[in-house]
Amino acid sequence: MEPLLSVNHLSVTYKGNSLALRDLSFSMNKGEIIGIVGESGSGKSTLIRALLGLLPEGGQYTGGVISFQEKVLLRESQSDWGGVRGKRIAMVFQDSGSYLNPIRSIGSQYIEAICTHFTVAKKAAYTLAVNMLADMGLDDPERIMRSYPSQLSGGMKQRTAIAMAVTMEPELLLADEPTSSLDVTTQNEVMNRLSELRSRQGTGMIIVTHNIAVAAHMADRIGVMRDGTLVEMGDTFRVISDPQHEYTRKLLSAVPELEGNVYGS
Amino acid sequence: MAHKGLPILELINLCKTYELKGHRAVDALKAVHLQLYPGECLGIVGESGSGKSTLARCVTHLERVTSGQIQYRQQDITRLNGKALRYQRKQIQMVFQEPSAIFNPRMKVGAFIREPLINYKVMKGQQAEQEVLRLLERVGMSAATADKYPHELSGGEQQRAVIARAIGVEPDIILFDEATSALDVSIQQQILDLLVELRKETGISSIFISHDLAVVQQISDRIAVMYQGEVVEVVESSQLTSSANHPYTRSLMASVLSVREMKHKMQERDEKLEQERDQEQELDEKQDQEQVEVFQESLSG
Repeated sequence: MEPLLSVNHLSVTYKGNSLALRDLSFSMNKGEIIGIVGESGSGKSTLIRALLGLLPEGGQYTGGVISFQEKVLLRESQSDWGGVRGKRIAMVFQDSGSYLNPIRSIGSQYIEAICTHFTVAKKAAYTLAVNMLADMGLDDPERIMRSYPSQLSGGMKQRTAIAMAVTMEPELLLADEPTSSLDVTTQNEVMNRLSELRSRQGTGMIIVTHNIAVAAHMADRIGVMRDGTLVEMGDTFRVISDPQHEYTRKLLSAVPELEGNVYGS
Repeated sequence: MAHKGLPILELINLCKTYELKGHRAVDALKAVHLQLYPGECLGIVGESGSGKSTLARCVTHLERVTSGQIQYRQQDITRLNGKALRYQRKQIQMVFQEPSAIFNPRMKVGAFIREPLINYKVMKGQQAEQEVLRLLERVGMSAATADKYPHELSGGEQQRAVIARAIGVEPDIILFDEATSALDVSIQQQILDLLVELRKETGISSIFISHDLAVVQQISDRIAVMYQGEVVEVVESSQLTSSANHPYTRSLMASVLSVREMKHKMQERDEKLEQERDQEQELDEKQDQEQVEVFQESLSG
């Protein structure tokens, strides 16, 4: 089977300083969920930004090939994300909720976003939007469509932003700490919704997080990043039960666990 | 942990109502009753809007309570002002979530840690300089850090410096409000280790507020669970999983992301799959055997 995404020998630098990504290679299949775990400065955020051609100012590709199915997105500094970015590959950030336009209602910006990518009537776009919001577990989606961002809680905005990102039924969703800013109970809700989305639409995902527990709960495979390289990558169960790298063990031991008889009756 | 003697801090029927013009009044705290005993670490857990930060702000006099009483060593400190309030502030220090917001970007770390020592006249001049170095070492940082600016430190190092400043005036109580929430989990663990160590050495009383139940359990002796402005349950940390009753506490427990639990689940799943495979194989072998028997019978017959 042709991989959904393949990355070969990708390197990125910031303003000619040392490499933020070093000769990084991996590939993923359709509908697969990959968790990328690492601490601040490990290059994990740079990686998913690089995949979408959205490097922050000063960022520069110094080599490597990124292909998305049949399409080559990057080769020898020649890049072409046209027709892919935002539609076939979507992205959510840790604070995506704050990227909503504060002076327009959710409904107006949501419908505009849909009409940018699809040729549909506004009414159909409205129905689609309402359904997507309901799918993200938001009560009373009609009210949310009428609301302005300031009238919603952080968790509601984040779920709205995720709903908007997946409305185009992207084949790949890139998520940078999508649940870190949410309350713990909401966090689980959003993680479940993302898993459902994969079952329903077959969306592949790359989820970047500093908490290896988040990756363990969502991902089929986990990649552990440090200093711009993948020090370990493998099946989730294998990585958490038999970590090969010292650094992976360190990340695993840092996860706060409940003490006491958790699995009992 | 047994409660030793009288509480060092007691909140009695504490209420806080926010009244905004043109909006409904919001009851952020509804009749909160809590005690903190000497040397104890009291954990407070809850989600956004549960009132845990309002509680912290009331205890440290950053907000005035609407009604109720705060008692510090059996003295009512609810409505202190002026000099008495200033002294009281020294006794209860606070560490917040976002260390980078606490620093003056133009003030070096050494000066930042020295400031309260001078302000509260704990010590001056050369002695304070020495104390800064001692405090830095205390929180696991080198003396060279004193000459750095806040932006040269990582988030974890910044939080260490904030803690050094807080313990410098030797307060009775330190209140941590989501003090490790903005940090990576691995850095969080280092800070938690530091807090446990400091507590062992100084026997300081503390209140540790967080949304993360597993973290709160790890560090505190008792846990108060807050929900919509009320304390719905107080449990001993060691008894949490066995004795927590409130459905909200249970839902918080269920939302702790555990690697151990995941491993457990995956192991069970794998074992089940293996069992099924074994059973299938047995069944296949049995069927094969039966066919052979039938064939042999037909031959002999």
